[in-house]
Amino acid sequence: MVFSNKPVRFLLVALLASIPYFGFANPVIDSIPVVNEAVAEHAVPVAHEEKEFNATDLINSHIGDSHEFHIADWGGHPITFYLPVILWTDNGLEIFSSEKFHHDNSGEHVVSVNGQNLVRFNEVIFYADKFENLTEDQRKNGAFEFDTRPLNFSITKHVFSMFISVIILFLLFLAVARSYNNNKMAPKGIAGFMEPLVIFVRDDIARPNIGEKKYAKYMPYLLTIFFFIWINNLIGLIPFFPFSSNLTGNIYFTFVLAFITFIVTSFSGNKDYWGHIFTPPVPKALYPIMIPVEIIGILTKPFALMIRLFANITAGHIIILSLVSLIFIFETAWVSPISGAFVLFMSVLEMLVAALQAYVFTLLSALFIGQAVAEHDHH
Amino acid sequence: MNFTAPESLIFWTSIIFFVFFLLMRKFAWKPILGAVKGREESINNALASAESARREIQNLTADNERILQEARMERDSLLKEARDMREKMIADSKADAQAEGARMIAQAKTAIESEKNAAMAELKSHVSTLSLSIAEKLLKEELSNKEAQTKLVEKMLGAVKLN
Repeated sequence: MVFSNKPVRFLLVALLASIPYFGFANPVIDSIPVVNEAVAEHAVPVAHEEKEFNATDLINSHIGDSHEFHIADWGGHPITFYLPVILWTDNGLEIFSSEKFHHDNSGEHVVSVNGQNLVRFNEVIFYADKFENLTEDQRKNGAFEFDTRPLNFSITKHVFSMFISVIILFLLFLAVARSYNNNKMAPKGIAGFMEPLVIFVRDDIARPNIGEKKYAKYMPYLLTIFFFIWINNLIGLIPFFPFSSNLTGNIYFTFVLAFITFIVTSFSGNKDYWGHIFTPPVPKALYPIMIPVEIIGILTKPFALMIRLFANITAGHIIILSLVSLIFIFETAWVSPISGAFVLFMSVLEMLVAALQAYVFTLLSALFIGQAVAEHDHH
Repeated sequence: MNFTAPESLIFWTSIIFFVFFLLMRKFAWKPILGAVKGREESINNALASAESARREIQNLTADNERILQEARMERDSLLKEARDMREKMIADSKADAQAEGARMIAQAKTAIESEKNAAMAELKSHVSTLSLSIAEKLLKEELSNKEAQTKLVEKMLGAVKLN
């Protein structure tokens, strides 16, 4: 060999990355003229979505939550894993399969359940009669129009993914815990792989931030959020069923986690912590300014946690989806090697970000708890 | 993105996380952290005991060395003492022998002297007694016969052998 095999390998990867795009580049190209020339007779129902490629819609539907798990399209028909819809309606609890909506998200298909008519618009389920009276803007923000829709406790795609993640983690760590019963020597197998991570959380996150005396009490919480966030970040990067849901990029999810950290921090707060908030060491005249500032301070900390995780993960998904969308925007398969290479690069980067954001969330939680339990003899 | 019903995810996340946390705390984190801590302690103990054993051995070696050194010194001093004693004994006995010899010689000398003196005294007394008896006999002869006396004296003188 005269030349190194590096460029060869790169070419091979680029080619492999581009293969999938050759397949479905053609229908897009075919369908575009159909729209442009407005030849209606060629239009099949599926082509409806392909008339105009809208990257925003594609990305939104991929990073958002949904009532069913779309696996793939085969011959123009979607293959879908239907998840249960659980509603608390005016008439009580209703549970039915999301199949009833027939993939409709435009509010046109009315589902009749137990004498109540329901429609789904943009993955929000409304009462059909009240939906009629909503303006376009209200429909788009329908999730917050609580009086026009039943309370929705459905097992959505993100909830489903969360179930999978906790089952995986639980089985994984059960195996690790069990391996310690049989093996008192150096860790082997799965325990040898997971133990450094556990020790990392203990020695590099909990101990330095919370302190030698009190860290042990918070270890279960820190370990749980670290692995919970990490595995859900990773699950979001796996692009096929039953993974691929962008759970950690969902602000409701990050809100709950940040809120739990806030609760843990507040309940751990000692006299010094609360004293510093309600009787800060400033002249009494400044209290009307200082106390609100301090209270805002304790709320911004979990708020930052919530936004950071949500924004990082969502941004990563948007970038990857945008790169894939480039192929459809340029309407040529020749973009796919470039696009594929960038997607590969971004995916590797996102794997780093997945671990990093789990680390940052855990680190900051530990830091906030550490501030709350710190015993300082200040001044 | 689709802001689906917030209550769904908030509800399920809270429940799942809470249950998950309790399960993990009981079945995973407690045993794992316990095992890790136990092992760390046992490793620390093993290291500490190895260190103390090493130090003990070191002390032992040092002790041995010191004892050996002391024994060697003691042996040397004993040998030296013995050598000194031997020399002293030899010197002492030499001096004693000389003194004894000298004393014996002196004693012998005095004994000889006194014997000689005694012998001389005895000889003197013998001589005086002899002279007296001779003089007596001479006088008796003299008194009876001059010639005879003279003859006698001569005869006697001839008979007496001085010593």
